[in-house]
Amino acid sequence: MSQLAKPVIDADVTEVQAQVRPPALGRWGWLVLAAFAVYAAASMRWDWLASYYPKLLWGLWTTLWLLVVTTALGLVLAIGLGIAQAAGPRWLALPARVFCTVIRGTPLLLQLWLLYYGLGALFAANPEIRQSALWPVLRQAWPYAVLALTMSYAAYEGEVMRGAFLGIAKGQLEAAQSFGMTRWHIFRRIWLPQAFRRALPTLVGETILQLKATPLVATITVMDIYSVAAQVRQATYLTYEPLILISVVYVLIALLIQRAFAAFTKTHQTRSPR
Amino acid sequence: MSSGHVALTSPEALHVTGIRKSFGALEVLKGIDLTAMQGDVIAIIGGSGSGKSTFLRCLNFLEHPSAGTVRINGEEIALARDGHGNLAPSSGAQLRRIRSRLAMVFQGFNLWTHMTLLENVIEAPVRVLGLERKDAVWQAEALLDRVGLGHKIHEYPSFLSGGQQQRAAIARALAVDPHAMLFDEPTSALDPELVGEVLKVIRGLAEEGRTLVLVTHEMGFARDVANQVVFLHNGRIEEQGPPAELFGRPKSERLGRFLGNF
Ligand SMILES: Nc1ncnc2c1ncn2[C@@H]1O[C@H](COP(=O)(O)OP(=O)(O)OP(=O)(O)O)[C@@H](O)[C@H]1O
Ligand SMILES: [Mg+2]
Repeated sequence: MSQLAKPVIDADVTEVQAQVRPPALGRWGWLVLAAFAVYAAASMRWDWLASYYPKLLWGLWTTLWLLVVTTALGLVLAIGLGIAQAAGPRWLALPARVFCTVIRGTPLLLQLWLLYYGLGALFAANPEIRQSALWPVLRQAWPYAVLALTMSYAAYEGEVMRGAFLGIAKGQLEAAQSFGMTRWHIFRRIWLPQAFRRALPTLVGETILQLKATPLVATITVMDIYSVAAQVRQATYLTYEPLILISVVYVLIALLIQRAFAAFTKTHQTRSPR
Repeated sequence: MSSGHVALTSPEALHVTGIRKSFGALEVLKGIDLTAMQGDVIAIIGGSGSGKSTFLRCLNFLEHPSAGTVRINGEEIALARDGHGNLAPSSGAQLRRIRSRLAMVFQGFNLWTHMTLLENVIEAPVRVLGLERKDAVWQAEALLDRVGLGHKIHEYPSFLSGGQQQRAAIARALAVDPHAMLFDEPTSALDPELVGEVLKVIRGLAEEGRTLVLVTHEMGFARDVANQVVFLHNGRIEEQGPPAELFGRPKSERLGRFLGNF
C-alpha cells in the first residue's frame, strides 16, 4: 500500500506533463501558414468577405459560445457521471454507465437529429408545451444543439472522470475521513481536485474534438461559422475560399484551446520534482 | 497549543471493550479490551496478519467492528448495526466530532498530494474545527518547524523524502490537538536511514505527555518509549504489560518466539 503510494503519484504527474504539449504550431508552422496566407490573398477571390463578414463574425460567435457552454455544462455533468460510476450506489452507477456507453456508441449526428426532429416534434405536438413560457426557446434549434453536444462531451469525459476518481490513492481519502471531514468536504477538497488534475490532459483533446463536432449543428439550422461558410459557397459558387477561411479559424481556435489549457496546467501542476 | 495541555475531561483517553471483527468467514479480531489513560504510550506488537491494523482502524471506525464498544476521552460512540451486520456509528456528527480529535498517522503517510505541506496541516483545523485561518497558519508553521520542516512549508509532498513526508503527516495530526494519536507502523515504509528522524519526533510526543497508540515493529523503540506493550496474536491479546516485563520476561512461549525474530 504505502510502497505503492508514491510511485503512483509520480507516474501520474509525469503522465500529465508528457501529454500536455504546448502549442502544436512551431516557428516553421507559422511561417508556412503565413506563406500560404500571402499566396491565398494574392491569387484567390476574397471580395465576398466585405459583404459577409458580419454574418461570419456572428457564426464565429455562435461556434464559440456553443463550444464554451457545452464543454462547461458537459464537464459538470461528467463529474456527476464519473463519481456515480466510481463510488455511487448501483441504482446510480448503472444508469450512468448505460448513458456513457450509449452516447459514446452512437453517432453524434444521430443524437442531434433524434433530439431535434424526435424530441422537438414531440414537444411541438404537445399543446401544454406549446402554451408554456418555454416554447419560444424550445421551438428554436439551438437548445437541441446544446443538449446533444453537452451530452456527448459529458459521456466521453464522464468515462475519463470515472477512471480519474478511481485512480486516487485510497489512503488519502481515509486520511481525510480520519480527520472527521464530511463526505461532501472530502469530495470537494480532496477527491475532485485530484481527479480533475488527473483528467486534465484528456480535457484538451476532448475539447478540441468538441470544437470539431460543432459544425454538425448546421444540419439542424443553427447558424455556426460552418453553416455561414456553406451559405457563402452556395451564393458565390466559390469552392475553396470559404472552406479555407474557416479551416484557418478552426485551427486558430484549437491552438487557443491548447494555449489556455497549457497555461492552466502550468499554474495547477507544479507538484512534481523535476 | 501543541504542548499536550488538552482539556482533560476524563482520565481515560481511550477505552474499548470486546472489539471483534470478521471479514466474511475470517474472524480477525476475537474480543479485544484496551484502556489508555491520559499520557499513556501503548505499543501494539504482533506478527503479520495478527490484526494490529484492523484493531487500530476499528478505533476510529475506518473499519466497522462486528462487536464491541469504543469510548474516547470519556465519550462513548453510539453504534447501530449496519447493512453488513457490523457496528456503525449511528450519529455521523458524533463520529466526525470524535474523529476530528483522534488523529491517525498512516504507514503510507497519506498526505494530500495536491496541497502544500502548509495546506495539508491547516485543512482540518480550518475546515473541520473552524479555526481562524491566520491562527491555523501560525500554528502550522510552528508545528512544521518543530518536526524540522520549517523550510519546506510551501513544498508539495512528492518533493519530499519518506521521512519528511511522515514528519509532515505527524505535524498534520498534531494540528488538531488530538486527544489521542493512532500510529500504524509509521516507519515501516521508510528507508532504514530515515527511520530515526521519525522515531525522534514520536519520542518527543511521548515525552510531552501525549496519549499514543502505536503499532510498530521497532522493538527497541517500543521498549524505550512505551509504558505499556500489547502483544496481539491471532486476533487476541496474548500478553500485555510494561515493556520491561514483556521484553525481559515474556510469559507466553509465542511472545518469546516472536521476540526471538528481532
Ligand atoms: N478489508 C479486508 N478484507 C478482508 N480481509 C482483510 C481486510 N483487512 C485485513 N484483512 C485480513 O485480516 C487479517 C489481519 O490484517 P491486519 O492488516 O489487521 O494485520 P496486521 O497485524 O496489521 O498485519 P501487518 O503486520 O502485516 O500489517 C489478515 O489476515 C488480513 O488478510
Ligand atoms: Mg498492519
